[in-house]
Amino acid sequence: MKLSFEQLTVHRSEREIISGLSAGVASGEVLVVTGPNGCGKSTLLKTIAGLIKPASGKIELTESGDRSIGQCCHYLGHENALKPALSVSENLQFWQKFLALSDFGAGLDIESALELVGLPDIDEIPAGYLSAGQKRRVAIARLLVCKRPVWLLDEPTGALDKKSEARFSKIVDGHRNDGGITIAATHQPLGLKNTKKLQLGPIEQKAMS
Amino acid sequence: MIVLLGRELKLAVRAGGGALTGVLFFLAVVTVVPFGVGPDLNLLARIGPAMLWIGALLSMLLGLERLFQADREDGSLQLLLMSDHPLELVVLVKCLAHWLATGLPLIVATPVFGLMMNMEPALIMAVMATLIAGTPAITLVGAVGAAVTVSLARGGLLIAILVLPLVVPVLIFGVTAAYGAVEDPAPFLPPFLLLCAMTLFFSVLGPFAAAAMLRHAAD
Repeated sequence: MKLSFEQLTVHRSEREIISGLSAGVASGEVLVVTGPNGCGKSTLLKTIAGLIKPASGKIELTESGDRSIGQCCHYLGHENALKPALSVSENLQFWQKFLALSDFGAGLDIESALELVGLPDIDEIPAGYLSAGQKRRVAIARLLVCKRPVWLLDEPTGALDKKSEARFSKIVDGHRNDGGITIAATHQPLGLKNTKKLQLGPIEQKAMS
Repeated sequence: MIVLLGRELKLAVRAGGGALTGVLFFLAVVTVVPFGVGPDLNLLARIGPAMLWIGALLSMLLGLERLFQADREDGSLQLLLMSDHPLELVVLVKCLAHWLATGLPLIVATPVFGLMMNMEPALIMAVMATLIAGTPAITLVGAVGAAVTVSLARGGLLIAILVLPLVVPVLIFGVTAAYGAVEDPAPFLPPFLLLCAMTLFFSVLGPFAAAAMLRHAAD
């Protein structure tokens, strides 16, 4: 499997955020997107996920069959997509069943996924009672309970402590060894070795050139 | 899709859900009317069906604002868009859940409120029948309004203004059919069938229009 985009240009409210960007990530690779605030990291991830239509250029995912790229992707955005009134396991159960794609195989069960993110025994607690870091870890567990080959991670380690960061690196490594594709936008080092890097410049420069 | 329905219903009945707000608002509207128009029992019975319908209509509009907005704010909407279920079906299921959580309790409460308006049993039954046939249309039209205003923080009133012109026909035929059931020269079946037709029409148009709007507001 290989995800690639060529000459990608994305506009948001009349402003060119990304212009003529090309890169590719193959199975088992991690692409780390860095750059200052507002340089288009999140926009790039959303465009790959199919949530924003690019102005020009194309995005391709090989071996995706007749699915759209978005349907092959797990998207971890700034929000965690957890309902505060539902318990942790109810939240995960819903996404597990709703996002399931049979041809990519089954994901982990909820208990072992929560264990991997270091949150055992909290599955009955309403998600609204969790701290920001705990919510983030439940959102990361969402990537594990249902299998999708491409992970789009937007500031994945924002609210995490050191220990959770290490756990997170292990999870991404596991995904990579499984032949998955990972694209992460971040300011912090993710503790991963052998990653591809993509540096985005500030928009002002792009507008001038 | 059944998991989505289950989740929506759970959210509606849990803390912060909107299941009871509709009925309470309905209660507020219906109890206030007799104080306003005075203790004339005949007058109350005559305006009863209209008041119940107006109360039900306003109660249905009350919770619509959150239909998609809650999902957009916590990032769920983006994930709903990235599933392999068609978004039109997602909208339809969310509408069904909204109707079950808001519309159905109103209909169940109608007999009680009908007695408060001094309505005879046959008329109460007629109002219930027209509400069953007509309230889904309100939800389905409302979903389009909710999708249009999904990115606006205070979209509730805007939804009401956008949606009201479209649901006025539902109100007219609903009330007409209810009166037609008890008053002899007026017919029941033609307005009732038109009401059903509107619900069916909006059950096709509503999800497609709302889904198109939501795709636009995804980011």
